[in-house]
Amino acid sequence: MSFFATPTIALARRHFLGRSGLVLSGPAVALLAGNHALAAAAGAADPKDVQILNTALAAELEAIAAYQVGAQSNLLQKSALDLALTFQGHHKEHADLLAKTVEKLGGKASTARVSYDFPVSSLKTQADVLRFAARLEQGAVSAYLGAVPLFANRDLSKAAASILGDEAMHWAVLRQALGEAPVTSAFVS
Amino acid sequence: MTTGCFPRWAALTAALLVAALDAAAAAPSAARGEAIYARCAACHALAQNRVGPKHCGLIGRTSGSVPNFDYSPAMKSAHIVWNAQTLERFLADPLKMVPGTTMTYAGIPDAGERADLIAYLREAGRSPQCRAR
Repeated sequence: MSFFATPTIALARRHFLGRSGLVLSGPAVALLAGNHALAAAAGAADPKDVQILNTALAAELEAIAAYQVGAQSNLLQKSALDLALTFQGHHKEHADLLAKTVEKLGGKASTARVSYDFPVSSLKTQADVLRFAARLEQGAVSAYLGAVPLFANRDLSKAAASILGDEAMHWAVLRQALGEAPVTSAFVS
Repeated sequence: MTTGCFPRWAALTAALLVAALDAAAAAPSAARGEAIYARCAACHALAQNRVGPKHCGLIGRTSGSVPNFDYSPAMKSAHIVWNAQTLERFLADPLKMVPGTTMTYAGIPDAGERADLIAYLREAGRSPQCRAR
């Protein structure tokens, strides 16, 4: 079965992990597979790890809200709207997983704010919306890159790097949609 | 006489030019800093509070003092006045300078990049976007 033909995200992920030879251990497997009890049982969590996850969660929740603003702007054509909703769905998955992991590690998960202060008045065209989203995704790549080396639990670093890869793809696809070179350099920073 | 002196004069001029170019390259650049600021965009904006506080008015501000922003207890009690020196230290390793901050970011290891970013933050603080706030 092709990865692309796999009917659900969970099945696709399982298929990918099985085929790729990618080996994730301990809490990383638990985190990525959704087995939070295993994640919690893996040992006492470092408070800093919980904080890192919570900061990432807050950013994911804000990204979800930002994509909602874009989706409801009536500025996006269907193909761009489909992209926005797909990427918003990814952020929802990230947020869900991060929140559950924070709680299972004994922390109190960040929650979405009642309202967010986005520069809505400056979004006048589809390109404005896509550029705004691309900037958020670029920032997310940098934020995860800056978080990965901080985790005491290296399995959490691996899990965060997995999300980083997804955000980098969002950034590239959004740049492509804007007619820009999708990948700006060999390294991200 | 002239031909004998010219090479020495030209060499001195060239050396001065190279030194000037080196100095220009080493001087903090707000333009380069603006590109570096894109790394902050997941959590920060100039004029809006986001996951992190807004950056308009940052230079000269006391840490933990932006109204309506929910700071960590660590940042609330840090009592740091943000200027080039304190930002330089913080951006190098936020968690080392303020243990417990929610800015869980490894920092910017390159001193030149930090200087560029601070130059941008200083310049952006004087922009119409910030003056309007």
